[in-house]
Amino acid sequence: MRLKFIAGLAAAALALTTLSACGTPETPPSSGGGEAPPADTATQSEVFTWWTSGSEALGLTALEGVLKAKYPNVEFVNGGVAGGGGSAKELLQSRLQAGDPPDSFQVHAGAEAQDYIKAGQVTDVSALYSEFGLTTVFPESLITLLTSEGKIYTIPSNVHRANVLWASVPVLEKCGLDTANAYYATIADFATALDKCKKAGVESPLAVGNTWTQVHLLETVLLADLGAEKYNGLFNGATDWAGADVKKALEDFAKLMSFTNADRDTIDWEPATTKVLDGTAAFNIMGDWVPALLDSKSLIAGKDYLYAASPGTEGSFDFLADSFSLTEGAPHPDGAKAWLDNISSKEGQIAFNKVKGSIPARTDIDLAAEGFSEYQQSAAASFARDAIVGSIQHGAAATIKQGNDTNTAVSKFTTSKMGAEDVATLQAALVAAYK
Amino acid sequence: MSNSTLPSPGLTAFDNAPAARADKKKGGFDWGRLVRYLLLFFFLIVVLIPVYVLVITSFKGIGDASPDRAWIFPQEFIGDNWLTAFFGDDLAKANPSIGAALGRTLLMVVPAAVISSFLGSMNGFVLSRWRFPYANVVFTLLLFGMFIPYQAVMVPLYRMMTELWKYTPLTQGTPSLILLHVIYGIPITTLIFRNYYQSVPKELIESAKVDGAGMLRTYSNVVLPISIPSFVVVLIWQFTSAWNDFLFAVFFGGNPGTQAPVTVTLNMIAKGSIMTDYGITMAAAFLASVPTLLIYVLLGKYFVGGLMAGSVKG
Amino acid sequence: MKKLKAYGPPVLMIAPSLILIGIFVYYLIFGSVQTSMTDIHELAQATGRQESHFVGLENYATLLTSPDFLHSLRNLLVYTLAFIAGTMFFGFLWAWLLDRRSKAEGVFRSLYLFPMAVSSVAAGVVWQWLLNSSTGQEASGLNRLFQYIGLGGLQNGWITDQDWGILGIAMPAIWQMAGYIMALFLAGFRGIPDELREAARVDGASEWKIYRYVLFPQLSPIALSALIILGHMSLKIFDLVVAITGGYTYYPTKVPAVDMAFYLNSGDYALASTVGVVLLLIILVLIVPYLVHVAKEDK
Repeated sequence: MRLKFIAGLAAAALALTTLSACGTPETPPSSGGGEAPPADTATQSEVFTWWTSGSEALGLTALEGVLKAKYPNVEFVNGGVAGGGGSAKELLQSRLQAGDPPDSFQVHAGAEAQDYIKAGQVTDVSALYSEFGLTTVFPESLITLLTSEGKIYTIPSNVHRANVLWASVPVLEKCGLDTANAYYATIADFATALDKCKKAGVESPLAVGNTWTQVHLLETVLLADLGAEKYNGLFNGATDWAGADVKKALEDFAKLMSFTNADRDTIDWEPATTKVLDGTAAFNIMGDWVPALLDSKSLIAGKDYLYAASPGTEGSFDFLADSFSLTEGAPHPDGAKAWLDNISSKEGQIAFNKVKGSIPARTDIDLAAEGFSEYQQSAAASFARDAIVGSIQHGAAATIKQGNDTNTAVSKFTTSKMGAEDVATLQAALVAAYK
Repeated sequence: MSNSTLPSPGLTAFDNAPAARADKKKGGFDWGRLVRYLLLFFFLIVVLIPVYVLVITSFKGIGDASPDRAWIFPQEFIGDNWLTAFFGDDLAKANPSIGAALGRTLLMVVPAAVISSFLGSMNGFVLSRWRFPYANVVFTLLLFGMFIPYQAVMVPLYRMMTELWKYTPLTQGTPSLILLHVIYGIPITTLIFRNYYQSVPKELIESAKVDGAGMLRTYSNVVLPISIPSFVVVLIWQFTSAWNDFLFAVFFGGNPGTQAPVTVTLNMIAKGSIMTDYGITMAAAFLASVPTLLIYVLLGKYFVGGLMAGSVKG
Repeated sequence: MKKLKAYGPPVLMIAPSLILIGIFVYYLIFGSVQTSMTDIHELAQATGRQESHFVGLENYATLLTSPDFLHSLRNLLVYTLAFIAGTMFFGFLWAWLLDRRSKAEGVFRSLYLFPMAVSSVAAGVVWQWLLNSSTGQEASGLNRLFQYIGLGGLQNGWITDQDWGILGIAMPAIWQMAGYIMALFLAGFRGIPDELREAARVDGASEWKIYRYVLFPQLSPIALSALIILGHMSLKIFDLVVAITGGYTYYPTKVPAVDMAFYLNSGDYALASTVGVVLLLIILVLIVPYLVHVAKEDK
């Protein structure tokens, strides 16, 4: 009541300013109303993503094309906002809470969706899984990770792998390391290799960027030291964050950080990975969006660079996926369903992933026949074969809050001297974040 | 403030713009002048260092634009970055157009700056020269509004605006932004005008009162005409802050791709992909700041010559 | 009746502003204070799916005893002092240099002002590069520039120092705002009639005395406005930190406004509001001297 009165007052004030504004008012975007048109008439589908430029935007355009072909009566409304500084998530949350939701929104598959599920902002789409025949085409372990108390709330459009090591062949040569195979069975082996590089005159052999890339590195170290099963246990209470094995992993992480570049906190992942491509660093552990950067430099796998599972993680696939929701109270639920069918369909997943460079979440697509790259084919093979674990940094295993707290703790740690006391502080912070 | 204790300059003193205060030396080389220019040039270079990086990077391709190469000239000049930034990449839709966003933003910023300047001037006048009981309390209440922590109130503010849109759907997007910039501009514009009017000789307004002019007439006939200098200051301020605002723009600017102001568009280019194209980003950033720069160049002149002259014409 | 006639018009004239500020500032602040006294630490509580409770001042106690938040407050203090001192110094110096009509004054003035026109998104990218923390062989950014001009000794890690990294953020902030302060002071200098200076000169006052007794007092209202503008900007410092450090979580340069966004992003509305209210309380304390000043001036 009070709010309405106040809004009325504000409306009066706004009417005044509108009069004096010289521009004609824009057409109002679809919002506010709950007047969904009947299914057989034209409807629209407002989709909220953080893909607004580059290959992501191109992929989205490709999806729009597929939607148009499949559902000619559904108008696609792009509600994309770039994610820089997190503004996309805050805006989305404001819209949801104000009852002005998009029909479908992008969310990292897995734990990050939990926040929206608990808050009652997304609808159970388990029924759509059977309707679209998705239950059998997604890997079982992925479905398990997506399921929350027997229900599934989001549908993945694409999958990335986080635990990939990228290495520079010329630098490996200089260091006297194996130039055919860059896989190291343990973190200790990897540290030995890094040490060798340092002695060969490569000042910072392991390239890393600002905090999020450091967390990314940390999660691969945790995965290596704990193994897939215990790593997954970190997020359901089966593995104790306060344990000795986690402590060992944190110490290993500190050890690896000592081989990294001094400018890590002032660069993002691209300049960090570029250090490997330019031959100033030997290694970089980064997700498999790296090929886009490699292509822009026309480098060749095997000759210029190598890729392998990150040290000690062969047989595990540290996954992250973008997925889409059916928003609770969506103004156009039919449009949202059309969108979800679109992104999970064979055509949609092929069109999108070929452009974005990720792999389809569906396992019934012949990547070689569809012209996916060699790397994508190998990643898809691992995805179908390996133990799937969720990424911390990319929202598959950690909720938004847990991810944020992890980042703060890691940042505090890596800007300290990283001594024994700091390791203890970090571990305590992680225990608190995941309790 | 001390202006009332100082000898109040007679109106005649304002008749001429002040003579140039060039250091007049009776013959001989003017070392002071040389040092002054050297210092001005030195600081100019310091200020322009980041601009240099901005501009040369805007001509670089994807691999070339990186922090390691920040100082180095482009390997290959890519002027297309500027075209892509301005017109967008319509065919492939990989980049929104800064050019279109510039137009939209102007339609939002100009009314916002003008309206809030007038509001501020009215408030400033009332609070400094046409007093009423508790004027200081009111001033304080208005001023304090400047400090509201936006991030903390974003969610309820959004809810309030949605209520508003339900009543007046046409106000979504640009009009909402105008409203918000006007409202949150009230404190600072009021402050600047109030301080300015405090320094206006009381006699000016008293004489109007003696003539029997009411408040509104005094305001429009006497006060407004001498307010030009402050209007310049306030307009510059409001224009710049509305132009560069990102938070309101992203929350209330309407559809980000087709309606939102230039900062949102810029952010879409800079942060909308896992891989940033720094060349296009920098070109877009430069284009996005051109209108503000133009304002400084155009109104800056007014600042210099017009300040004293402005207060005489009344 | 007569009173009404005298006070009616001014009150009417200011009423719209008061109403708008009342709704859009005080009503929202009131809401923040309310939220800050609840335990809404999860999104589900914000949407009413889970219960929330009144917890009094618990959140304030949590924050004010958290070393991490105290670190933010200390950063804010260091930043504010550096930012205000830097902008006032350069702003005044440039205005003073430009005050005696120079040739090409317009060019200098516009270019000094230019950084203010560059939005923080763009300024952030450029400054992130300039503040690159590598030194020696791998140096780039300003550190590399120092090497070029033979000042290699000045190289440092900029924002990466846990204690003083925040000064690295103050640099671009000063770069952005010094030009505006210059414009204010320049207007101030020009607003002082030459007759005043001439009269003082005729009286045999030294240049310093002219500044001390004639010009500075005239500039003090401008300096005060500048202080308030800068103060409120510095308390809200946010954009640059996020743009340069790439998010809400970089520890060395943490400041309260970033914490606020961090909590909001985490769905912890209670702590986000608490940070907001703490900021307001700090401002309240700082603004008291100004109010005393205003009150005095009226007498």
